[in-house]
Amino acid sequence: MSVQFTFDGRPLTAESGQTVGAALLAAGVQSWRTTRFGGRPRGLFCGIGVCFDCLVTVNGEPNVRACLTPIADGDAVTTQAGDGRG
Amino acid sequence: MAAAATAAEQGLRVALIDSGRQLGGQYFRHPAPGLNAPWIAHLHHGWSRFERLATRVETSHRIAVLFERQVWAIEPGFNVLTDRGPIAARNVILATGSYERVVPFPGWDLPGVFTAGGAQALLKGNLVLPGRRVVVAGTGPLLLPVAAGLSVAGANVLGLFEANRVRGYAKHPVPLLKNPAKFLEGVDFARQLLRARVPLRSGRMVVEAQGTDNLEAVVIAHSDGSNRRRIECDALAIGYGLAPQIDLGLTLGCENKLLSDGTVALRVDRSQRTSIRGCYAVGETAGIAGVECSLVEGEIAGLAVAGASPGGPLTPRRDRLRGFADVLRTQHPVPAAWRDHLTPDTLICRCEEVPARAVAEAVEDLGATDARTVKLLTRAGMGWCQGRVCGYAVACLARRDPAEPASAADLLAAAKRPLARPVRLSVLTELDQRNK
Repeated sequence: MSVQFTFDGRPLTAESGQTVGAALLAAGVQSWRTTRFGGRPRGLFCGIGVCFDCLVTVNGEPNVRACLTPIADGDAVTTQAGDGRG
Repeated sequence: MAAAATAAEQGLRVALIDSGRQLGGQYFRHPAPGLNAPWIAHLHHGWSRFERLATRVETSHRIAVLFERQVWAIEPGFNVLTDRGPIAARNVILATGSYERVVPFPGWDLPGVFTAGGAQALLKGNLVLPGRRVVVAGTGPLLLPVAAGLSVAGANVLGLFEANRVRGYAKHPVPLLKNPAKFLEGVDFARQLLRARVPLRSGRMVVEAQGTDNLEAVVIAHSDGSNRRRIECDALAIGYGLAPQIDLGLTLGCENKLLSDGTVALRVDRSQRTSIRGCYAVGETAGIAGVECSLVEGEIAGLAVAGASPGGPLTPRRDRLRGFADVLRTQHPVPAAWRDHLTPDTLICRCEEVPARAVAEAVEDLGATDARTVKLLTRAGMGWCQGRVCGYAVACLARRDPAEPASAADLLAAAKRPLARPVRLSVLTELDQRNK
C-alpha cells in the first residue's frame, strides 16, 4: 500500500511501513538536515536510532529520528535547519 | 527473545521490553507487514529459527511484549525506567545488543556514507537501497552479508574492502574446525559475491570520502596510504566491528572487561550472571559473539533466572561459539593507521562538529591525557549520540602515541551513560511526581 507525503512541499510517494528516512532515500533525497554550526547537510548514517544524524522535522515537530519513525499518509516532512527551533 | 521464552516456560512472568516496533532486533530485522520484494528470502539466514522463537514468545501468556520503549536507566532492586514509565522486576536480563564502531576519515560526514549495519537495516527493514553504486568497507564478518544483501537486492556493489589481511585465521585452526557451520557461512557469502562479480580485496581501507553536498567518490588505499584508487559511487557502507551496548549494566555497577578488539563488555559467569545479583547479560552485551551465541546465552540465562540448571548441550555450545568469536576478534582490529589519514578539518564528533584540529589541540597544547578531559575541552562526545559514534576515536586520540591502544578507562568514559538514552524532560518530571 502506498502513502502520500511531502518533502519541503514537494509531493512524494512511499510504501506503507517504511521509515521517513527510507521513504526519502527511495525518493532520491539523501539529506534533510543542516548542522547547527557548519550548516552541513546530513541524512541517514547509523540507521538504527543511535547516531541522531538523521533528525528531521515532521508535521512541524523537529528532532524526529527519520530512521525510526514510520512515514504516515499526509505527513509534511521538512528540512531541519540546526536544532529545528528557529 | 530466547531468554524471555525460556524463563516464561519455566513459569516466570516476563516483560520483554523492545525499542523496536516488532520482534527481531537487529539480526532478524524484517519489514513491516505488507512490504515485500522477490529477493527478500535471500536477506535472512536462519529465518525459520526466528519464526519458531517468535511463536514461543507470542503464544506465551506469561510474556508481556512492550514495543517502542526505550530503557534509559535501571535502578537497583530493580526499577526499570522506560520513556513510558517504570517497570518493577525481581531480575533483569540485559540483551541490549551492540552498535557499530566507525572511525573518522575525511568526508565521513557526507550524506551517502552509512554504517554497514545501517545500510543493512535500511534494506532489511525497508527494502530500500542506500544507493545504486555502493562500496562496502571496514573490517569484520558483518561486511560479507551486507555486501551480499545489497548485491542481491540490485545494487551495483563496486567492491568489498576488508582492512585486515584474512590469512591470520590459519593460526587458529581449532576454533574454526569446531565451528564448521560458521566457517562455511562465510565461504557461502564469499561465493555469492564472486558470482555477482563483486571484487573482494583485503588489506585496503577507505582513506577519504569525496563530494560537495553528497558522496561522489571514495578513495581506497593500503593502510600506509599507498596505492590510492578513486572509486565513484553514491553510497558507502562502512564499519569497523561492533561495540557492546553496556551502559545500563555500567550504571547498575556491573563489572566489565576489556576485550582484545578494544571493546568493553559486561563480565558474566557460566550462568550469564553479572556481578550484580539478579542482573544477567547475554549475547553482544557480554562481548560480541553473533546471533547463535546470543540465542544460546538467552536460553541459559532464562533457565538460570528461574533457578534451573542449564544442563545438556547449551553450555558447551556457548563455549564453542565464544571460542570462535574470540578468534574473530583477533582477526579484525581497527587498523591503527586510521589516525594517519585524518586532516585537521576532519570531524571527530559528528554531533558537536568537533574537528580533529580541536582534539589535537586539547591533547598536544592543553595537556589532556585522557578521553574525559578531551571531551570537557572540546565537547567531543557530548552530543545526541552520547559518544557512541566518536567514543572509540576519542579514546584512541587521547593517547599521544598512536601505537598505544585506547585504555579501558578511556573507552569506559564514553560508555558510561547515567541516562542511557536521551529522554524528554517531561519523562523526568513525571518520574519526580510519582516519587512524591
